[in-house]
Amino acid sequence: MASVALSEAEKVYIVHGVQEDLRVDGRGCDDYRCVEVETDVVSNTSGSARVKLGHTDILVGVKAEMGTPKLEKPNEGYLEFFVDCSASAAPEFEGRGGDDLGTEIANTLYRIFNNKSSIDLKSLCISPREHCWVLYVDVLLLECGGNLFDAISIAVKAALFNTRIPRVRVLEDEEGSKDIELSDDPYDCIQLSVENVPCIVTLCKIGYRHVVDATLQEEACSLASLLVSVTSKGVVTCVRKVGKGSLDPESIFEMLETGKRVGKVLHASLQSILHKEESLGPKRQKVGFLG
Amino acid sequence: MALEMRLPVARKPLSESLGRESKKHLVVPGDTITTDTGFMRGHGTYMGEEKLIASVAGSVERVNKLICVKALKTRYNGEVGDIVVGRITERRRSAEDELAMRGFLQEGDLISAEVQAVFSDGAVSLHTRSLKYGKLGQGVLVQVSPSLVKRQKTHFHDLPCGASVILGNNGFIWVYPTPEHKDDDAGGFIANLEPVSLADREVISRLRNCIVSLATQRMMLYDTSILYCYEASLPHQIKDILKPEIMEEIVMETRQRLLEQEG
Repeated sequence: MASVALSEAEKVYIVHGVQEDLRVDGRGCDDYRCVEVETDVVSNTSGSARVKLGHTDILVGVKAEMGTPKLEKPNEGYLEFFVDCSASAAPEFEGRGGDDLGTEIANTLYRIFNNKSSIDLKSLCISPREHCWVLYVDVLLLECGGNLFDAISIAVKAALFNTRIPRVRVLEDEEGSKDIELSDDPYDCIQLSVENVPCIVTLCKIGYRHVVDATLQEEACSLASLLVSVTSKGVVTCVRKVGKGSLDPESIFEMLETGKRVGKVLHASLQSILHKEESLGPKRQKVGFLG
Repeated sequence: MALEMRLPVARKPLSESLGRESKKHLVVPGDTITTDTGFMRGHGTYMGEEKLIASVAGSVERVNKLICVKALKTRYNGEVGDIVVGRITERRRSAEDELAMRGFLQEGDLISAEVQAVFSDGAVSLHTRSLKYGKLGQGVLVQVSPSLVKRQKTHFHDLPCGASVILGNNGFIWVYPTPEHKDDDAGGFIANLEPVSLADREVISRLRNCIVSLATQRMMLYDTSILYCYEASLPHQIKDILKPEIMEEIVMETRQRLLEQEG
C-alpha cells in the first residue's frame, strides 16, 4: 500500500483525535469523505465507472467476451478480475512495484464474489458446456489517497450496473451445428442485476477505536485493519484481516457490526445515485476526465 | 454516520463566476509575449527570433521595462531567508551522527528552518539557529503548491481563533495548537505528547479544511486570507467545509472581504 512518513507527534495527534471522535478533517469515526461516481466513461467497454473518494481515484472497465464455461460449472459464466496500480498513483508503483498490491486486491475481489448469490452467473450462460459470457473486470488505480478497497468495490459495483451484454440467440442447423446470432439492434442488451453485489468496508483500528474510510495518514497510524464485504441486505460475505498488529475478538465483533451498519448505508446511497444517473438518460452531460 | 454520494459536476471557468473585466494575460510555454524588443526579460521568458517567448505556463507580469512570467504551479525554488517546513527523509550515517543527533531528530520528523544558502543546482542549505525553529510537535500538515504561499515579513502566525500556523514557502503548511508558555515555544527538540483539548482540535481541523479549500480554489495563502476564510466557515460544520458547493461559497465570501479590505 502507498504510505506516507509521519512523525511520532503527528501520529499521537491523530490517535488522540480518533479517541475523541474528531478526525483531522473534522469527520467522525463513521463518516466517509465525499464520493463522486460516474458511469459509462470509457466508450469501448461493455460497462465502466469512475469513482473518486477524496484523493483516491479508481477507473473500472468491464468487457464481456464469449468463452467456454469452466469444467466444474458448465451452466454458468464467470468473472475475471485484473487490477493495475498505475505508476501515477504513487511513486512506489513504478515498474513492477504495483504488482503485489494489484494481485492482493484482485484476490480479494475473487473472494468476495466467490459465492452463489453475488452475481447471477447462470444468466451469463449461452449454451451449457459450450458457450458462456466471461466478464473481464479491469480496475485501474489512478490516484492513491487511502481506503483503496472500498473505492474499488464501489467502482466495480457501479461498472457492473452499467454493463450491457448483447443479447444472443443460439440457432441450430439441420446438420446439428450451432450458430450464434447477435441481435441487429445495438441497444438490445441484457442488464445484470447488481442487487447482491457486495461492497467492501475497511475498518482501521487506531488506538482503542476503529475508523471507516481512513486517509493515508490515518492508515499509517493503524496497525491492523479489517476488510468486511457486505451486501445491501447486511449479509457479510467475506472478512479479512490485514496489517501486522493483532485484534481482540471483541474488537472484531464491534468492527463487524459497524461494517454491517455502514455497508447498508453505502449500498443505499450507491443504489440511489446509480438510479438517478440512469434516469438522466443517454443525453446527460458526461464529465469524464476533462471536466 | 454521514455518507454522501454525488454525480460529478463540470468545473466552471473561474473568471466567469468572478465577473472580472480585466483578464490576466495567461501564457503557455512557447507563446509569444511581445515582439517589442525594448523590454528586459525576467524569469520565465527567453528571447528567440526577435520576440519574447514564455518558457513556463502562467501569467505575464510587467514592471516598467521588465517582463516576467509568474508560473502558476512550480516546484519550490529556494531563496535565502525563506522559511520552510520539511520532513526528514534520509540522514547521514556516521558514528558521531548516531550518537549525537538520533536522540533529537528521527526520520519522518518535521522541522521548521530558514534557508541559509542556495547551491547552483537548486539544492538549499537550511539552518535552525534560532529558538523559533526546530522540531515540530503535535499538529497537522497541509501540502499545497508553493506558488500559493504569499511572501510576507513573517511566516509564523498566532491566529486569534486559537491556533497557530507556519506558512512554509515550500508549500508545507503546519497548523498546531498555540503553546501556552512563550518561553518553551515551537522550537527546541523535545516534543510535547500530551493530548490536545477538543476545543483546540476543532479549531485546528477547521483551519486545516479552510486552507485546503483556499488551495483548491487557487487563492493566495496568508494570515488574513486564512482568517477571513475561517470566519466565513463558522456557520458550517467542520466536515462540510470540503463539500464542493460549500467550499465555493466560503471562498467567494473570503474573496469579497479581501477585495473590500483592499478597496
